[in-house]
Amino acid sequence: MLRATVSSVAGSRTVAIEPAEERILAQLRDGDEEAFCILVRRHSPSMTRVAMAFVSRRAVAEEVVQETWLNVVRGLDGFEAKSSLRTWIWVILRNCASRRAEQEQRLVPLSELAAEEASGDDIGVSPDQFFEEGRWAGMWSSGVAPWDDLPEERLLSSELQAALLEALDTLPRMQRAVITLRDVEGWPPREVCEYLGVADGNQRVLLHRARAAARAAIERYLEEGTR
Amino acid sequence: MVTCADIVKLVTDYNEGRMTPAERRRFEEHVAICPPCRSFLAQMRTTVELLGELREEDVPPDMEEHLLTAFRDWKRDT
Repeated sequence: MLRATVSSVAGSRTVAIEPAEERILAQLRDGDEEAFCILVRRHSPSMTRVAMAFVSRRAVAEEVVQETWLNVVRGLDGFEAKSSLRTWIWVILRNCASRRAEQEQRLVPLSELAAEEASGDDIGVSPDQFFEEGRWAGMWSSGVAPWDDLPEERLLSSELQAALLEALDTLPRMQRAVITLRDVEGWPPREVCEYLGVADGNQRVLLHRARAAARAAIERYLEEGTR
Repeated sequence: MVTCADIVKLVTDYNEGRMTPAERRRFEEHVAICPPCRSFLAQMRTTVELLGELREEDVPPDMEEHLLTAFRDWKRDT
């Protein structure tokens, strides 16, 4: 049984819907309002962040997310579960966001925006943290304080979560979209490249810079706490 | 020679498994003898884990109300 599932996943892009999603779908079709709200709350923050790659302002991105959910509701009867529920919802989001971007006459493709953001030689840590010249050129001039001996509750605190979310908000928009899909939502790299239409190499540079910025935000938060 | 700045630049290629065996070996040789780079590598991994645990459920109240109304209407009409 397990083997059949694995081979059907590997052999086809039209993967059958997972049992957990099947349950949610049944609840939605049943009119279960709580299930609907859980789904909306679970996905909307990331959807808003990704929509912001397409459209100019947060308020517009929120409208796009709202329109997406309305289309999800209208489409529930017709949804044939040929793709996963998650994929279906995110494709609707992309369609709504692209349409809105066209209306706003934002005609630069995301692939170009990604290439632009991935250009330059920013390695994700400020050059002044390394020796500039001499025998130690390129080596850390400041230490890197390990996090392993920190109490776990500091790393899991809601303040740290807030600092991370704030860091995501301040990222350039393609970096924000990539790190949201890769690390917050856990998508594999290939799916992210396909979804956003960006080259794999650029996806990795954007992911690197975004992760480095998130690391720096955690570092700042931890340093503030020890002062 | 691999510098600490090289490690910082390449850490995502390393974590994503996008290095040749030779690049990987040079990367690991540096990290093995460089405590700050070892900390940096661990921090980048912790960052990814923490991002994966973010569970924000902040939806504008107007939006939730509006969607819930639409959901109820849909249910009533079907």
